[in-house]
Amino acid sequence: MNRSLRPLAATATIFVLAYLAAVSQHPGMLSTRVLGNFLTDNAFLGIAAVGMTFVIISGGIDLSVGAVIGFTTVLIAVLIMWVGLHPLVAFAIALAVSALFGACMGAAIHYLKVPSFIVTLAGMFLARGGASVLSPDSIGIKHEFYSTISKSYLLMPGGGRLTVIGGIMIAVFLFGIVLAHRTRFGSYVYALGGNETSAALMGVPVARTTIQIYMLSSTLAGLAGIVFSLYTSAGYSLSALGVELDAIAAVVIGGTLLTGGYGFVAGTFVGVMLQGLVQTYIVFDGSLSSWWTKIVIGALLFMFILLQRLVFTASAPSRKVLWKT
Amino acid sequence: MPNIPRDGLEPVLRARKITKIFGRHRALDDVDFDIYGGEVHALLGENGAGKSTLIKILTGAYQPDEGEILLAGQPVSFRDPLQAQAKGIGTVYQEVNLLPNRSVAENLFLGHQPTRFGIVQRKAIEAKARDVLATYGLEIDVRAELGSYSVAVQQVVAIARAVELSGKVLVLDEPTASLDHNEVRKMFEVVERLKARGLAIVFITHFLDQVFEIADRVTVLRNGRKVGTENLADVTATDVVRMMLGKDIAFGHQPTRIGEAETGPARVEFTDLGKSGKVAPFSLTLHEGEVVGVAGLLGSGRTEMARLMFGVDAADSGRVRVGGKPVTISNPSQAVAAGFGFCPEDRKIDGIFGDLSVRENIIIALQAKLGWFKALNRDEQIEIAGRFAEALDIRAASHDMPVKLLSGGNQQKVILARWLAIDPGFLILDEPTRGIDVGAHAEIVRTINRLREDGLALLVISSELDEVVAYSNRVVVMRDREMVAELTGEDISPAVIVNAIAENKTRSAS
Amino acid sequence: MKRSGFSFLARPQFAALIAVLFINWLLFPGFFDITWQDGRLFGSLIDVLNRGAPVAILAIGMTAVIATKGVDLSVGAVMAISGAVAASLVVGGTASWIAVLAALGIGLACGLWNGMLVTVLDMQPIIATLVLMVAGRGLAQLITEGSIVTFSDPLLIFIGTGSFLGFPMPVVIAFVLLVGSTLAVRRTALGLLIEAVGVNRSAARFAGITSGALLLLVYAFAGFCAAVSGLIVAGDIRGADANNSGLWLELDAILAVVIGGTSLLGGRFSIPMSVLGAMIIQAMNTGILISGFSPEFNLVVKSGVIILILVLQSPLAARLFSRGHARPEPATAPRTTP
Repeated sequence: MNRSLRPLAATATIFVLAYLAAVSQHPGMLSTRVLGNFLTDNAFLGIAAVGMTFVIISGGIDLSVGAVIGFTTVLIAVLIMWVGLHPLVAFAIALAVSALFGACMGAAIHYLKVPSFIVTLAGMFLARGGASVLSPDSIGIKHEFYSTISKSYLLMPGGGRLTVIGGIMIAVFLFGIVLAHRTRFGSYVYALGGNETSAALMGVPVARTTIQIYMLSSTLAGLAGIVFSLYTSAGYSLSALGVELDAIAAVVIGGTLLTGGYGFVAGTFVGVMLQGLVQTYIVFDGSLSSWWTKIVIGALLFMFILLQRLVFTASAPSRKVLWKT
Repeated sequence: MPNIPRDGLEPVLRARKITKIFGRHRALDDVDFDIYGGEVHALLGENGAGKSTLIKILTGAYQPDEGEILLAGQPVSFRDPLQAQAKGIGTVYQEVNLLPNRSVAENLFLGHQPTRFGIVQRKAIEAKARDVLATYGLEIDVRAELGSYSVAVQQVVAIARAVELSGKVLVLDEPTASLDHNEVRKMFEVVERLKARGLAIVFITHFLDQVFEIADRVTVLRNGRKVGTENLADVTATDVVRMMLGKDIAFGHQPTRIGEAETGPARVEFTDLGKSGKVAPFSLTLHEGEVVGVAGLLGSGRTEMARLMFGVDAADSGRVRVGGKPVTISNPSQAVAAGFGFCPEDRKIDGIFGDLSVRENIIIALQAKLGWFKALNRDEQIEIAGRFAEALDIRAASHDMPVKLLSGGNQQKVILARWLAIDPGFLILDEPTRGIDVGAHAEIVRTINRLREDGLALLVISSELDEVVAYSNRVVVMRDREMVAELTGEDISPAVIVNAIAENKTRSAS
Repeated sequence: MKRSGFSFLARPQFAALIAVLFINWLLFPGFFDITWQDGRLFGSLIDVLNRGAPVAILAIGMTAVIATKGVDLSVGAVMAISGAVAASLVVGGTASWIAVLAALGIGLACGLWNGMLVTVLDMQPIIATLVLMVAGRGLAQLITEGSIVTFSDPLLIFIGTGSFLGFPMPVVIAFVLLVGSTLAVRRTALGLLIEAVGVNRSAARFAGITSGALLLLVYAFAGFCAAVSGLIVAGDIRGADANNSGLWLELDAILAVVIGGTSLLGGRFSIPMSVLGAMIIQAMNTGILISGFSPEFNLVVKSGVIILILVLQSPLAARLFSRGHARPEPATAPRTTP
């Protein structure tokens, strides 16, 4: 097997086993209703994690996504409730603002030659601070459009509901998969994560690609903010606290190498679902407390980092070669 | 012998009177170089000879300070390697500059993938990749990641990419450095095919026999200057070694030797020390007041030998005795504890702490030996640094200034001072005069002699044959990762050393 | 390169602190007033010191880590763990001094764990410490069982709110740690060896320095400092809040170190300057509070400070400021054989 597939296979196996184990204890977890809730409850995390996948594959990290989600919810609430714009217009503005924000971070990372974690850290402070400057208090959003959206869903067999925001997440994942594996941009992202010097020598536009990567991540965080705002019908500067850590964990558990160069967008989906499974199991169990989520995620994170080290340091080139002479 | 003009043929690439200056250092001085289509032109020289600077200028990584580059007769200048690549000059670096994490096919066509509506046509790329590699006699799964293949395959993929994208001149920078014998054969077949296709190939290596096997002409650089360009059919391996190590070494000429003094009892004994893949087991005893010179070309195993002795790489066989007592040396700190010192060849990477002061750079090894808690106070530091700076005549405006601001020669002396401060019994110097102003060479040589008189045992690796002959009591010769000769007395002369290095290599010279 | 003495007074950071304090004084004329009441000092200035102490303590530990070219993202979570351990133990009836020692021991253990990942498994520091950053808060909640464990233990409360010689305890503890650690790194060889490892790890190996033990020590100390900070924060609110104790403070600590002039690329470091950096951050916090902005506005200012520092430290700025000092070789040139 391709060695970069091994962590992903491990994740998928763990997910299936964990799901089976959970179902054997709580048969109620085997239903499309639970699946539908899975998708809805984790939609914003999943969307942000897609962007994070690209950033991590390129060898960087984006600590600002949670803050951008929070900022976006506030911006949308302000635009709809105070300015009186239609939600769709507010969404467009929010996406444009977050895209610009990401582009600025990408430019800073490339041109100032600073580690991505410190630039996106500044971005995190700026977005959280900016959000609370806009409004320190939570703003409830009341708009017909919101109630229409939250009432719309596709009925799945078994009574489960695929909500609009769940559908958006799935669409984003499909988009991410195509973008990563079937476009030149995608190959540039992997190239940067593999070896930036080589990539530059091979003609990868390093500056443009770096800016685009962080633009993509922030735009998707903005979209996650839109989804979060639809999910909670509110805008609050402190919403989605720490989501960047959940997103990073989902990406790593999904088989993407934290040092860059290897990974799959589809793996991130499994990573998000595994996190959702842990949470759902804890809810179903009732006797376990919510903090176990963090501990289990932390343990999984450690396990996968260790697994990746083993896979990527132990396997030497061994492929058979046919030389014709 | 001058270049043989090829009637009616214009060289594909010609560099004229190239000079490149870094700071005060002339890395290249008035160098000419040319190459014709269908020719393999070898470029030879020891470290610091200017090979890599010349290559970087030819491939656009550097711009020359003087001189011009002509491509098919037209003057050109390259802003960066990409532009050189686009104009026809492709390069394959020693450390393959491709992406081990991506598929072979993607590595071949990254940035040039055919797309439809923005979607990469993967099947088309893979088919094309298979076709291209087939012309190099390579049938592999092009969807597998490049890193899962051997270095030899990666090299061929890199060559294929360079040829696909450039197609006129191919620069191969030590393509065979990490290949085994069979892989070298395959690589040469590929080179022959490309030569037959009319490509001009610049071939850089330090394996002399490979030069005679594959190349048509050779250009030798030394200390930033061109020593000469020869048709390989007209010269022997010994001639080429002489060109590389100093063309003024006339046979029979004997530099004044000062290394004839009596030596004391054995200080360190290495018995059957070796590491597979790096250095074949060797035995060597060094005595008090003795300088053992190590001669050999780059890649002959001379640095690897020193690294084993100092525990930088752990040996997998052999024993070490210091002053008659067995010791274990599996890391540098054990070596320091045993009284060893090592001035490495690459000062910048392995030697100096650029941001630390001259004083701190001098006392650091002594401090490491004393441990965390027995700190040298400021006065002690000043005294020690001052003493050794004076003894070695280190010229620094202040001992508090960062060592990175010093000249190469003074940095070298700082590292030497660092080791003298621990009062060593055995000192290894790897290319102590590399990258140092010629004027400072004599000073380093005098210092080596003085240390010997003080009773130290020294191992000095150097490609400066005159200097090796001048200060060595004994000379060992390394070739192909093996110690092949040990010379004493009358045998310590440039002529004998050159012959020992070039031995077995004359066979392919015809 | 002489560090002792009063040379730090000439640094730009010191001027920045003065400037921030001066602005605070303009906003609030009573800013420099200090009064003596009930055997201790009161005043805005004392408040800055007191509020800034937890980050200052974190920054003391973080400085050495960053000097080795590393970073510790877990200190905020370790603060939560330490507070939780101490609070749970005293509530469970353990003697308070044992609880304090246990909390410090846990912090040390967390730091050793990070150090092991960095040295033995050779993980990148940012990745190694991320594990504890994610899981640590969960562990703290596990210990407190999700609630805020309140206590009335006099020793813990004294650590957070007591005073000694008129100064608040957090300030005294921070000062003791500052002096102690500065002496420890400058009177022994530790400081020099840490810098050597941070400047050039390969050369350090050639010079006979064993960097493994040094890295372990540095991460363990960062964990210890985090535990001290966690005790102070818990004592201050008389309870352990696993959710919020130390939240985002790792970032403030990194910022304090960077403001203090220690490069994220390792090498030269100064613990007093990092503490000064922490004080600058806290003085800005206080200034924003007295000028009536919401505390979150602080984040905007902080991000501005980071951006400013990044721009000033960037190679771009270096090129602008020192025209004519042509760099001899481009750093990004492809590697060929030398």
